Amino acid sequence: MTIGIVVFPGSNCDRDVQWALEGCLGRPTRFLWHEERDLGAIEAVVLPGGFSYGDYLRCGAIARFAPLLEEVGRFAAAGGPVLGICNGFQVLTEMGLLPGALTRNRDLHFLCESVQLEVRPGSCRWLGGYNEGERLQLPIAHGEGRYQVESEELRRLEGEGQVVLRYSHNPNGSVGDVAGLTNAAGNVLGLMPHPERACDPLTGGVDGRRLLAAILG
Amino acid sequence: MPLFHARVQVSLRPSVLDPAGEATRAAAGRLGVEGVRRLRIGKAIEVDLEAADAESARAQLALLSDRLLANPVIEDWTLDLREAI
Repeated sequence: MTIGIVVFPGSNCDRDVQWALEGCLGRPTRFLWHEERDLGAIEAVVLPGGFSYGDYLRCGAIARFAPLLEEVGRFAAAGGPVLGICNGFQVLTEMGLLPGALTRNRDLHFLCESVQLEVRPGSCRWLGGYNEGERLQLPIAHGEGRYQVESEELRRLEGEGQVVLRYSHNPNGSVGDVAGLTNAAGNVLGLMPHPERACDPLTGGVDGRRLLAAILG
Repeated sequence: MPLFHARVQVSLRPSVLDPAGEATRAAAGRLGVEGVRRLRIGKAIEVDLEAADAESARAQLALLSDRLLANPVIEDWTLDLREAI
């Protein structure tokens, strides 16, 4: 089962995701260049962190128009599993695959630290390996991770179980402590923390392993 | 085809926190300008566009502003359009 890793100009976590999936979990991957139009025989797509197209205009705003993302949109609509990490989460909101937007951190700092998260996996396919209310520790590294959505929409998302990851101690001012969101079908997950950086015991915790492994069956 | 000059003003919606604007407002005080009660940072985007007429230019710029220049989830935009002479 091959997992596609999207590479934009300015992506910088693509190799980390490859190492986590191949080096740590032993799963084959393939890089998908942003100009490609054919996903081929892949069974999941990961949009990695970084600064796609320099994050000009807004984070993820230009990436959304990459030829490859039309295919990713179709793949997601057909129920294919899609994971957006950090900049990948920003791209998913710009694409409209997930609601809301990610904006400048409340205190303006670029945050690079480990955070505690509370998981409410619901029907999210990427979080099937975690228990309801489980706490895990993952690193964050972002300047624009403050999740923003109108309060009515936030209540709807919470009511429908789409807020699947929350910060135990909100680092960036996100409404509702939102760290990660899934879509109604549960096949798309966007999160600001970096599970791929928590897979190798050599570089810290391994709390991200189950997230990346869950989708692989 | 006639050429049009447009200026698209993108601003954060009132409900969205603007920490960069707040930081700039605080700096205004340190400069000695004490009366600043509100400071919000947006973007001004200048576009030159060829179109058959003003109506068509306006429609294309509306699409551009809605779909690319601004994110309606967090931003509003206004358009100032004039034909180049």
